[in-house]
Amino acid sequence: MGEAALWIGQIFNGLSVGSILIMAALGLAFSFGLMRVINMAHGEFLMLGGYLAFLVQQSVPTPYYPLLSLFIAFLGGALVGWLLESGLVRFLYERPAETLLATWGISLVLQQAARDLFGPTGVEVTSPPWLAGTLEVRGGVLDGLGLPYVRLFVIGLALLVLVLLWALLRWTRIGLHIRAVSQNREMAAALGINTRAVDGFVFALGSSLAGLGGAALAFLAPVTPTVGQSYIVDAFLVVILGGLGSLGGTVIAGLLVGLASALLQALTSVSLAKVLLLLLVVLILQVRPRGLVSLRSRALEEV
Amino acid sequence: MKGNAAFLMRILGSGALALLILGPFWLSSYDLSLLGRFLSLSLAALGLVWVWGYGGVLSLGQGIFFGLGAYALAMHLKLAALPEGELPDFMVWNGLTQLPWWWVPFRNPYFALGMVLLLPALLALVLGFLLFRRRITGAYIALITQALALTFATLLISQQGLTGGFNGLTNFSVFLGYSVGEPGFQKALYWLTLGVVVLVLGLSYRLKASFFGKTLLAIRGGENRMRFLGYDPALFKTAAFILGAVLTGVSGALFTLHVGVISPAMVGVVPSIEMVIWAAIGGRESFLGAVGATVILNLIKDRVSSAFPSAWSYLMGLLFVLVALAPILGTKARGLRLLQRLEARVEEVRGRG
Repeated sequence: MGEAALWIGQIFNGLSVGSILIMAALGLAFSFGLMRVINMAHGEFLMLGGYLAFLVQQSVPTPYYPLLSLFIAFLGGALVGWLLESGLVRFLYERPAETLLATWGISLVLQQAARDLFGPTGVEVTSPPWLAGTLEVRGGVLDGLGLPYVRLFVIGLALLVLVLLWALLRWTRIGLHIRAVSQNREMAAALGINTRAVDGFVFALGSSLAGLGGAALAFLAPVTPTVGQSYIVDAFLVVILGGLGSLGGTVIAGLLVGLASALLQALTSVSLAKVLLLLLVVLILQVRPRGLVSLRSRALEEV
Repeated sequence: MKGNAAFLMRILGSGALALLILGPFWLSSYDLSLLGRFLSLSLAALGLVWVWGYGGVLSLGQGIFFGLGAYALAMHLKLAALPEGELPDFMVWNGLTQLPWWWVPFRNPYFALGMVLLLPALLALVLGFLLFRRRITGAYIALITQALALTFATLLISQQGLTGGFNGLTNFSVFLGYSVGEPGFQKALYWLTLGVVVLVLGLSYRLKASFFGKTLLAIRGGENRMRFLGYDPALFKTAAFILGAVLTGVSGALFTLHVGVISPAMVGVVPSIEMVIWAAIGGRESFLGAVGATVILNLIKDRVSSAFPSAWSYLMGLLFVLVALAPILGTKARGLRLLQRLEARVEEVRGRG
């Protein structure tokens, strides 16, 4: 395998990890941008999606279960997200510290529940035959490069999600409301938009996207009770780097974090890559304290 | 009436302190070591009262400072347990033939003790400079410090030959010429810990009433207003951050002495958040509350988690939710109010004396 193929392969891995990070971070970025709440339990929606995918695989005997599992994980994420928002987070708006503690508590409970239900070690979701292979490149400079179909599938899924989300924000009524509330909540409310309903919808949507990401992740790695924890910190970095509530910023930051960590890992080691990545984020924040893409505002006091 | 209450408080306070000082005489050695351990942890909670309660900076990465203090001392203890010229066991297993240069000065106990204070302070200075100068605030700080804690723990685990990896550093035998395992040492360590906690409490109340404490509170209330009045919020926040970091470092060092081991599991994301919980349950702005909450919560944790290991996670999770909801439900937990009232009295008494 040539040098070039090695690097392309690494970039490809970075893209697939970045895709999952983007799906996980979108929900965080939007509920953060809209309601100023940090949902520490967001990672557990990844875990939820993963376990739902596992359950679907166990109980549905068709080779097309991945599609079904994605659908179920999406619905499951939406349902649990809606429950969390209407049962707890709704009461904590404007109180970032309290939200953080409460959702951390929820995350502990969910993790322990997963441990009690599925055991502390991970469960595996196997790819069906039509996803199991690898796209091999023969000949040329890229001889020997192998692109697993599963990773291609994940990247395609993320692209699809982004296009749909963009269309939702751009062309639907609820999308218009979301944009209005995130730009100016008071003004939107004055114009008759039910801002609380928008908050709830965005929270549930974000959770369902994380569920979807978790189901996709299940094809790449085993699902463990702590899988959410291992991705959530990176997802937070994506949110900070991208800027609050910005679709474009989240995508750029997700790709940047995914690619940077994949390439740094190839150059150094996994742990050193983490250090360097964090350093990179802190340095970028020195130049752009509000993230890569931020709404221009003349307001002095901003969260 | 007020005079009577103050008098009563003084009696009660001195009584409680006397009970604690006499701890080694009425507690079993197991309970004593638990109490000493929890008292040393309460210093980390006190640090967070300064950083979060007064500085308004929610740091989810205090475990790093805890770890720096703990590892600085543990490195010395590890070396002190060895004959001259020998390498720590984990280094030998990892094929190292020579002590890394940055381990060498830790042979000297006073250097190690200095580093317990200096390392957390330096890191807090750099972080404070990078974060507060650029006016990065609120949730951003929380998330960045959390990422730092994760990174720090990952780094410790991965550098097995240099840090002892996942298992951390353990098997200590002597400190400053005293044998660590002896009951006499344990008692002295308990008194030392108690003394440090009482000293820090006293100094904290004094500092809170000083120019520094008042300015810090004002900045928490209205950072931009203070900026327009000519104060430099970044300076004060960095100072509070450093203060919190040093306290947390000392906490880590004392904890290591009490427990006899330090590992990455005690410095990562989860322990860092636990520290926040102690401060939060103590009332966030209450020094006495932070100490009380740390000791009581850890006592409950010890009892519950040894009897029902998985129940602790559920219990702690629900506890977080309740603490967060308490002010909203309008039924602010009675216990907290009591502690706050107690503290108001303490200050009243102090003001008089």
